[in-house]
Amino acid sequence: MSGSTAILVSIALPLLGMPFIALTSRRPNMRETITLITAVLTFGTVISLLPSVMDGAQPAAHVIDVMPGLSLAFQIEPLGMIFALIASGLWIVTTVYAIGYMRGHHEENQTRFFVFFAFAISAALGVAFARNMFTLFIFYEVLTLSTYPLVTHHRSEEAMRAGRIYMGILMSTSVGFLLLGMVWTWQLTGTLEFAPGGILTGKASEGIVIVLLGLYAFGTGKAALMPFHRWLPAAMVAPTPVSALLHAVAVVKAGVFTIMKVVIYLFGTDLLSGAGLSTWLTYIAGFTILVGSLVAMTKDNLKARLAYSTISQLSYIVLGASLANDLGVLGGSMHIVTHAFGKITLFFCAGAILVALHKTEISDMKGIGRQMPFTMFAFLIGSLSIIGIPPFAGAWSKWYLVMASIEAHQYVAAGVLLMSSLLNVLYLLPIPIYAFFATATNDHDGLHEAPLACVLPLSFTAVGCLVLYIYPDPVLNLLRLIGGAMP
Amino acid sequence: MIDMHLPILLIVVPLVSAPLCVLLRQKTLVWAFASLVCVASLGIASMLLIRVLEEGVISYAIGGWIAPWGIEYRVDTINAFVLLLVSIIAAVLMFFALPSVADEISGKQHYLFYTAYLLCFTGLMGIAITGDAFNVFVFLEISSLSSYTLIALGRDRRALTASYQYLIMGTLGATFIVIGIGLMYMMTGTLNMFDLSERLPAMFETRTAMVAFAFLTVGMLIKLAMFPMHMWLPNAYCYAPSLVTAFLAATATKVSIYVFLRFTFTVWGAEFVFEKLKLDAFLIPLSLIGIYVASLSAIYQTNIKRLLAYSSVAQIGYMMLGIGFVSITGLTGGIVHLFNHALMKAALFLSVGCAVLRLGSSDLADWKGLGRRMPVTMAAFVLAGLSLIGVPLTVGFVSKWYLILAALEKGWWPIALLALLSSLLAVIYVWRVVEVAYFQKADDDSNVKEAPLMMQISMWVLTGATLYFGIQTDLTVNVAQRAAGLLLGVTP
Repeated sequence: MSGSTAILVSIALPLLGMPFIALTSRRPNMRETITLITAVLTFGTVISLLPSVMDGAQPAAHVIDVMPGLSLAFQIEPLGMIFALIASGLWIVTTVYAIGYMRGHHEENQTRFFVFFAFAISAALGVAFARNMFTLFIFYEVLTLSTYPLVTHHRSEEAMRAGRIYMGILMSTSVGFLLLGMVWTWQLTGTLEFAPGGILTGKASEGIVIVLLGLYAFGTGKAALMPFHRWLPAAMVAPTPVSALLHAVAVVKAGVFTIMKVVIYLFGTDLLSGAGLSTWLTYIAGFTILVGSLVAMTKDNLKARLAYSTISQLSYIVLGASLANDLGVLGGSMHIVTHAFGKITLFFCAGAILVALHKTEISDMKGIGRQMPFTMFAFLIGSLSIIGIPPFAGAWSKWYLVMASIEAHQYVAAGVLLMSSLLNVLYLLPIPIYAFFATATNDHDGLHEAPLACVLPLSFTAVGCLVLYIYPDPVLNLLRLIGGAMP
Repeated sequence: MIDMHLPILLIVVPLVSAPLCVLLRQKTLVWAFASLVCVASLGIASMLLIRVLEEGVISYAIGGWIAPWGIEYRVDTINAFVLLLVSIIAAVLMFFALPSVADEISGKQHYLFYTAYLLCFTGLMGIAITGDAFNVFVFLEISSLSSYTLIALGRDRRALTASYQYLIMGTLGATFIVIGIGLMYMMTGTLNMFDLSERLPAMFETRTAMVAFAFLTVGMLIKLAMFPMHMWLPNAYCYAPSLVTAFLAATATKVSIYVFLRFTFTVWGAEFVFEKLKLDAFLIPLSLIGIYVASLSAIYQTNIKRLLAYSSVAQIGYMMLGIGFVSITGLTGGIVHLFNHALMKAALFLSVGCAVLRLGSSDLADWKGLGRRMPVTMAAFVLAGLSLIGVPLTVGFVSKWYLILAALEKGWWPIALLALLSSLLAVIYVWRVVEVAYFQKADDDSNVKEAPLMMQISMWVLTGATLYFGIQTDLTVNVAQRAAGLLLGVTP
């Protein structure tokens, strides 16, 4: 399969799977088999692209010119490759988990769930492979719409209200700011292609660059930069697999990925770092990191705490981008990977606790380590990785981000990062500690884990956190190619 | 030989067929005949557009009387596009017509309904094709009178008052237009548009010219339902039979906008209207206010047809905004939106029509749980609704892109921002329907069937078109750009 075919196939596969998933709604085993096969095939196609990208090639595919000069086209560069690998790879893991969770928790409308899940993954891959901002925007919006039915899965009053916040914030930021920024860029430069070194150099005054960066940064509501972060906690009404893959990985990473792409390929890091045009964004990101962590401490609902933790962690990546130097880009994109593994583990655990013990509040989770040792141990690993303690993956990305801050002489940013790690310790570690060492508040003793289909995936991603610490080189080598000229 | 007479055939065929419907009388037969006429017109209109794109302007002298003495039919890119639009809509709606008319109109009136439908169609096509100013008025009256009849056929008795209201406002508008045309005739002694455009500049300094322009413009703005002269529209759309609402929403106001474009740009000329009289200083703010007021009104409606009607007023604001920019990009946006909005609004009204057929009501409260009861119809509603919002890959996005770009080209970024933010109001009113249909449980558990296949064909053809033309914009944008260039007298 040639590169361009593989790109189109990988985006089309989940879409092709949808009707088959829908048709087998009466036979759950069949339906889930189809989902799994689709996920595996999609991942296989994505990974088949990896060797050529590692060699510096950038496979491309052109679909159609939607408007003169604006085409629906794809091209893989290293950052998109890594995002696509994460999204499609973890889709397999999440599907296994979802089978255990949805059945264990007796969710209704499981078919609709799997159908729209596949749709969302296709959209995420579209974002990852987009060759230009126009294509990226299309899939960005498709991602919002395809996840709406997942967020409002329960069709309750609460789900409806959460859906309003979700659509409201994501739509208004993307239409009000992102689209405006895009049209403006187009008007200034006559192109929206992602190009090494950016397209705006020499085309816009410093003032306009700052305004445009603002439109892009806040317009990408999925990056959950404060004050446009409220949709993420709202989205937690969704079933846990959705929170795990979409609202810790695919959707939110699509957001920070967009900011990364814009900074690297539309503005160009040189343009931004030269006159310090993105310094303000560093401060906004720093603010979001700290406030997100502080709010997380006040939440007793586990998923809500994790959501605010995600908001805070996403801004690490925005901060990396805003530093606009090579190390910042490296650290930020590394954090896309490491945070994905850490946070998906934590969400998997939260869901497993819900399925096995029907607990959602942290204060009820004392002593559950005896009933769910595997889950809680995985939770511990995930937490340590998020905090950034060796030997877990998160340590690498934090290391690079701190280095980047120092290199950019942004000592405040470095301080924020260290401070945030401390806050992470405070709001994450008590959960496993109380789970293992406090006396149980509930009566029934003995092992009471979630179904195997839940425990295996969360163990897998927890091990992933460790492996990524020991062997970060494949990822780092790929990420070092970011921003390189297209051959 | 027949090629030569395509322009006149486009009018004569439906005009002669309309009275023939009265002779046929039998329900299904009349329907089949009317469908045949609409399809034939679509064929002619497509041939005309192709010829215009290949050969340029087609001029047809009626009865061999050469313009400016005789009546001239003059087809260029702009009206060929409008003719195609009107005939596409008329033809596609005929599938929908059979079951819908059978349901909503009493059996004895079917042949009268199709007669009025064909007359209205003739009128709209006539307005678009003619190159004679007074002829515009004549066809305007043909289409208006028949549309009053069509609206009055609505089941609800309030249809009568709605139709009456429209009659009053429509007649006012038409009278203003005829006064304007009369003054122009008085000044120049000609009614041929092309001739007028050559003779009028000499009169630009006179007060008569100003008065003529004022009457004409206000008359046209009433007919195209420009805010705040839109009051006739919501009731008319709300109480008319489903098919009529869809047809009028997609064609009547669009043709009026075409008339506005033709008179403003071709007859009077952009220089006079926008540089001397500064009409844009009036159009742009009014369009923006209209967009906001009408969208906010739409949000508070409890009847879906009325909600969509207010949305139409808002969407007309976008078209006029694009026109008000007086630039190639702006006009392209306006004209593209004219086409795009016709598709999406027709699709939306058709899906409402499907629901009305089964539920007997377009009240929002009766739509509870419709997402489960009529999933196919609601899916079409949501897709066409996304177009209204302007989500990428739908036609609405294409229009929005050009409108925003036009605003930024002028350096008017606050207008760009306002226009973008207004599309969020569309999110709200579309989502209100979505929430009721998908999140609330139906009051009674009775099973509701999907609408008949014939209705779904029309609905899905148009819904599909909103997606197709959102991705494949070659035809629409290209033609709109050419039309814009023609109106401004520059070749893009």
